[in-house]
Amino acid sequence: MSNELLKVENLEVQFKSGSTVTKAVNGVSFTLNRKENIGIVGESGSGKSVTATSLLRLIPTPPGNISGGKILFEGKDLLTLSDKEMRDIRGNDISMIFQDPLTSLNPVFSVGDQIMESIKLHQKVSKKEAKQKAIQMLQLVGIPAPEKRLNMYPHEFSGGMRQRVMIAIALSCNPKLLIADEPTTALDVTVQAQILELMKKLQDEFNTSIIMITHDLGVVWEICHKVLVMYAGNVIEYGTVEEIHDQPMHPYTWGLLDSQITESVEDHEMLTTIPGSPPDLRQEIKGCPFAPRCSYARDICFSKAPEMVEVKEKHFVACHFQTKETRLNRKERSTHVRAVVKS
Amino acid sequence: MSEPLLKVRDLRKYFPIDSPIPFKKSNQSVKAVDGVSFDVMPGETLGVVGESGCGKSTMARLVNQLISPSSGTVEFRGENLIGMDAKKLRETRKSIQMVFQDPYASLDPRKTVGELIAEPLVIHRIGDKASQKKRVLELLEIVGLSHYHAKRYPYEFSGGQRQRINIARALVLNPDIIICDEPVSALDVSVQAQVINLLKELQREYNLTYIFISHDLNVVRYMCDRIAVMYLGKIVEMGTYKEIYENPKHPYTKALLSAIPKESPHDNKERIILKDAIPNPIHPPTGCHFHERCPFMMDICSTKIPQLLDTGNGHIASCHLLKEH
Repeated sequence: MSNELLKVENLEVQFKSGSTVTKAVNGVSFTLNRKENIGIVGESGSGKSVTATSLLRLIPTPPGNISGGKILFEGKDLLTLSDKEMRDIRGNDISMIFQDPLTSLNPVFSVGDQIMESIKLHQKVSKKEAKQKAIQMLQLVGIPAPEKRLNMYPHEFSGGMRQRVMIAIALSCNPKLLIADEPTTALDVTVQAQILELMKKLQDEFNTSIIMITHDLGVVWEICHKVLVMYAGNVIEYGTVEEIHDQPMHPYTWGLLDSQITESVEDHEMLTTIPGSPPDLRQEIKGCPFAPRCSYARDICFSKAPEMVEVKEKHFVACHFQTKETRLNRKERSTHVRAVVKS
Repeated sequence: MSEPLLKVRDLRKYFPIDSPIPFKKSNQSVKAVDGVSFDVMPGETLGVVGESGCGKSTMARLVNQLISPSSGTVEFRGENLIGMDAKKLRETRKSIQMVFQDPYASLDPRKTVGELIAEPLVIHRIGDKASQKKRVLELLEIVGLSHYHAKRYPYEFSGGQRQRINIARALVLNPDIIICDEPVSALDVSVQAQVINLLKELQREYNLTYIFISHDLNVVRYMCDRIAVMYLGKIVEMGTYKEIYENPKHPYTKALLSAIPKESPHDNKERIILKDAIPNPIHPPTGCHFHERCPFMMDICSTKIPQLLDTGNGHIASCHLLKEH
């Protein structure tokens, strides 16, 4: 059994509306090993959720369309499978947790029915066994009195409890890959800590790999081994969490890291921000998509799109300039940026 | 020391719950805000943190008199807002403005940005059309937008820009105090940083006072001078941001702080993971409301409600573990 679980090559997703085409994802590639967690970070509209939903082919078609690339899951290309084969994979080998647990649970079915649904669909078990398994799952995700809770409806649960139910549904068939789309964004910090702890614990138990989509870098440091930084549908930097945190190479990643408020930011120092806003994906982007907002941009950035280069072992970046500034720490970086802007 | 700008004493809001039997009055209620007292000094930023359902937003609306409290007083510049006659209240409210959480829901989609920003001036009949227009353009500039934006509609703006419009609306009447209810929670980090910088700049420029409500503890630490931690309608701890972050006294505050996500992959944080979620506010636990989730629970905690104690350095906390300073 090879160690490689998922390999995404040059994934392209477009949305058509009338005569305009929005290139939401524009050539995303990465690999994920077994028992490894990868974080996808970026601002809203950077294509992180579209990437994740296309992995399961859940993009509404039309208007959406996976227009190119390969998604190799254990060597099989998911894009060539029939709808029936795909159904066998969804919820069984690959499952997903969504951001808002209230809208993603069905209000008219009891929590037990919803957990049993995927068990009955994918495993040849009797109703009784499925119920047993559902109780066991609820217990595992830390819901007290699972026999009683099984017959309750989503509205009777709190936000954190609902997300636990979602996790129970997602893990009920021991998936090899779990895609979590902002699973803790809607939750309080205390509950977020509980859920992340739970995900770590269950990962050890089920040997699941996790793709974690988030805009909170703190969550990434908490749970992921690798990070994919996305901007305007492109991956602009990709590497291990330690590499990305300690030696980020792309100016956008610097901006992202520096605009986080952490304990090391002093009281009255101004926060570093990224000027401008992301580009309109309906228009053809020439050159580097980040160039208009980048304080280092030169002529070449506006005419030629940078390619992904492996600057170091397992650290890829798409930027024309990987200069020595990359080794500066946060404070030096911000003074440097200011100097560049002035000159 | 100067007089506090805002003095809140023993503020309570109980929401009655409908009885399951029609036409029968229920005597149950949700104690959303249950005896909250604090002062806000001119020019300072008071942060309010806590989990969802702890009463932060209800408290903000009570201060502004958007809902009327069950009991207690809110004094602004020495005058009690509660029970004030409507005309006078309207006048006073000019000085107390609010910025809401969701920038998508808080702007009327059928009005242009210019109309939206001018609306408070129109309502309070300040100036003529020309002077109102001048003021709108002035404000657009202050919040970092351009003059041509005045003719556009809210849907044409991103979340960060909409929040700037909301801030402009709050500023148009030259208020003394702005209540910010989770102003940056719906925004991306880089945009969040822009809005926070703007709020800080405005404070310096116009000597504004903020009540800043948020569940993001890093944002609160950065923005605020003093912080109040709320749990189930009560303030359980209050002090300067340094005291709260470096020397938290209440076990709940400690747990909240430990739940902040890591700063770097090298961090090895000791976590206090709390059990369950915030309890049902209709039947709050007896004694200390926090005792069921507290890792340091003692016998006394389930029977006696702890009082807020002064532990020195302007730091107060309510926990049976503490002794009076």
